[in-house]
Amino acid sequence: MKIHIKNGRLIDPKSNTDARADVYVAAGKVAAVGKAPDGFSANRVIDATDLVVCPGLIDLSARLREPGLEYKATLESEMLAAVAGGVTSLACPPDTDPPLDEPGLVEMLKHRAKTLNLAHVYPIGALTIALAGEQLTEMAELRDAGCVGFSHADVPLQDNQVLWRALQYAATFGFCVWLRPQDGYLAKDGVAHDGEMATRLGLPGIPAFAETIAIATIVELMRATGARVHLCRLSTREGVGMVRAAKREGLSLSCDVGIHHAHLSEMDLGYFDSHCHLLPPLRSGRDRDALREGLKDGTIDALCSDHTPVDEDSKLLPFGESEAGATGLELLLPLTLKWALEMKVPLAQALARVTQQPARVLGLNAGHLSVGHSADICVFDPEQYRKVTAAELKSQGKNTPFLGIELPGKVRYTLVQGQIVYDAGTA
Amino acid sequence: MRNPQLNDKGELQHLLTIEGLPREILTHILDTATSFVGVTAREVKKVPLLRGKSVFNLFFEASTRTRTTFEIAAKRLSADVINLNIDVSSHTKGETLLDTVDNLSAMHADMFVVRHAQSGAPHLIASHVASHLHVINAGDGRHAHPTQGLLDLYTIRHYKKDFTRLSVAIVGDVLHSRVARSLIHALTIMGTPDIRVIGPMTLIPAGVEKLGVTVFHDLEQGLRDADVVVMLRLQSERMRGALLPSAQEFFKYYGLTPEKLALAKPDAIVMHPGPLNRGVEIDSAVADGSHAVILSQVTFGIAVRMAVMSILAGN
Repeated sequence: MKIHIKNGRLIDPKSNTDARADVYVAAGKVAAVGKAPDGFSANRVIDATDLVVCPGLIDLSARLREPGLEYKATLESEMLAAVAGGVTSLACPPDTDPPLDEPGLVEMLKHRAKTLNLAHVYPIGALTIALAGEQLTEMAELRDAGCVGFSHADVPLQDNQVLWRALQYAATFGFCVWLRPQDGYLAKDGVAHDGEMATRLGLPGIPAFAETIAIATIVELMRATGARVHLCRLSTREGVGMVRAAKREGLSLSCDVGIHHAHLSEMDLGYFDSHCHLLPPLRSGRDRDALREGLKDGTIDALCSDHTPVDEDSKLLPFGESEAGATGLELLLPLTLKWALEMKVPLAQALARVTQQPARVLGLNAGHLSVGHSADICVFDPEQYRKVTAAELKSQGKNTPFLGIELPGKVRYTLVQGQIVYDAGTA
Repeated sequence: MRNPQLNDKGELQHLLTIEGLPREILTHILDTATSFVGVTAREVKKVPLLRGKSVFNLFFEASTRTRTTFEIAAKRLSADVINLNIDVSSHTKGETLLDTVDNLSAMHADMFVVRHAQSGAPHLIASHVASHLHVINAGDGRHAHPTQGLLDLYTIRHYKKDFTRLSVAIVGDVLHSRVARSLIHALTIMGTPDIRVIGPMTLIPAGVEKLGVTVFHDLEQGLRDADVVVMLRLQSERMRGALLPSAQEFFKYYGLTPEKLALAKPDAIVMHPGPLNRGVEIDSAVADGSHAVILSQVTFGIAVRMAVMSILAGN
C-alpha cells in the first residue's frame, strides 16, 4: 500500500518542521517528505488541504481493561477509540485483574493487541506482585515479555523499604519506574482535593501535601539509588516546583499531567458530578494554572489521557462511592489543542507534548516522521469543533466531564505502520 | 449550571442544601412555619395540605429523632407516611441506591425524605426521579442538613429577631458536621455579620473561612460577646482515630460550662442539634439552664418541616 498525503500542513516537532509538505508512505514506512521518491505511484491519495499532518499521538496512560475488567471496556473498543483519537501508541498501566505481574499476562496482552492491528501497545508491568506492595516482580522477565517500565498504578505503596528496594532493583537493569506520587496514609478515605470545594460539599479530602511528601520521598530515594523515575499525573503547584528543582539538579526524572488536570479544577465538581471523581483529585485553580504553565515551560514532559473507562453503574452512585476515572483517548488531541490555544503555545510545541516527548519517556524511537521510520501518522482538522457526546465516543467508557462541551480538533485519518486504521469518512 | 433544587420558575422543587438559596425562599419557609406552630399547639393537630400524598422516609443511616420529626410533620399535614430503614434491608442485598428509588417511585411516592451517609446522595436521587417528585435531604454525610439549618434559623429569629446584628459561635466538630455547614449558609444568606467556628485544628475543615466564618481554636476567645452559641454533637467514634485524644480532654477545652458561657452576652441562647452528650460537649448545668433553647428547637423543627413539605407540595 502506497499512500500520498498531499497539501497538508506537516508538523513534526522533532525535526522542528511546520510547513506545507507532502508525505509519501510505502511498505509501512515514511518513504519521503516533500518530494515524491522516484517512480512513486500511490494506491491512495489523501487530500490534506487545510489539515494538519503530524506523528501519531503517544499516550502515556490508557487503561484497556483487559484482562479481567471486560465489562468496563474491551481491547477492541478501546483500541478503536485510540485510533479514532489519533493515538497510535499507548502505554497501559498494570492495574488489570489480575495485574500485569507475570510475563504470560503481558505476552497475552501484546498478542491480543497485535492481532487487532490497530495502535501499538506498551504495557507497564507491576512493580510488586499483585500490586500488594510486598514482593518485587520479575522485572527483567517482564521486560523481555514487552514491558517498558514498572509501576504501582493507583495502588498505594506504603512501605518505603519496598519502594527503596524496587528502585534499587530497577536501577540495576536501567528500568524506569513509574510512580503516581501520593502518600497512601495522607490520602486515606479521601475523594476530593482537601480545600474549599471539599469543605462545601462535605467530601473527605486529600491534601496537596499527600503528593509533595511522596515526591520528596521519591526524589530522596532517586538520589540514593540513581534510579530513573517517571512521575505520573502531577496535580499540585508545589509538585511542579519540586520536579523543576529535581530536574535542575540533574536527576533522571520525567513527569506527565492528565488532560483533566490541565483543564479542570475542584470547582468543576459542581453539584457532586461523579465524572469529576478522578485520581489524583482535581485541585485548586492555582494548581491547575501551575500545571498548564509547567507543561508549557517543559517541566512537565507530556500530556496524557489517563484513559479510564468506567461502566455507567459505577458512576451512578453518590460521589464518594462512585468509581474514579474518566474516558480520555478521544479527548487527548482536542484537549491538547485547547490548552495550546488558551496558553498561546505554537501548535508544533503543543504536539510535542503528545508525540516526541512521551516517546522519550518510553524510550522509543517514535513520535516523529523521519524518512525510513514507521508511518504512524495522524491527520486532523484543527479548525473543526465538535461536541463531545456519548454516541460519538468509540470508547466503551462514556464517562467524561466534557460531555456536551465543544472542543477543537477532529481526526480525519490515522495511519499505523502505513495502514489507514481510521478514516472519519467511513468510520 | 442551574441550581438543581429549583424548578424552571425558580421555586423550590427539592430541598437539598441551603447553600445558594435566595433569602426570599428562606424567609418564606420561616414565615410559613410560624403559621404551623399554632397547629402544633392545637387540640386537633392536623391540616389537610398533603391529604392523599405519600411521603417516604428513606433512611440509609440510622436515626430516630430526625425520622420521627419528619413523620410527625407529614402526618400533621395529613400525608401517608412510609418509613424505610434501608441499611438493614435491600441495600445489603446489593440493590443500588437508584434501584431502590425506582422501586419506591413505582409505588407512587410523592416525596422522599432521604438520609444517607454519603455526601451528595440526595442530589443523585433528585437528578434521577420524575419531575413531579420532591426530595428533602434529611442529612447527607458531612454535607448538609437543611431542615436542621432552617429550624436553627427559626429558633434564632424567634429569640433574637434580627439576623444582621448577631454574633453566632458554632463550637466543636465542624469537620464532620452537616449541621454546621447548613447553619453557616443559612446565616450568611440572612446577613449575619459575625459567624465563628471554634474547635481544635483537627476538627476544622480546610478553607472553611471561604464559607464566610472566622476560625477560633480557643473557646474562651471565640465565645466572647456571642449572642448565640451552637454546640455540635461529638460522635464517639471521633475518639478512636487521631483526631482527639479523649472525651475528657475535649470537654476540658471545648465543653460548654456555665463559666465559659458567662463570656458570651448575658442574654445569649445555647442551641444543640441533639442528641446531647452531657459532659462531652456540654455541661448539664448549661443544657438544663435558662440559656438553653434546645427543646424549643425540637418543637420548632416540626413546624419547619411541615412548612418545607407544604411548600414543596404546592410548587
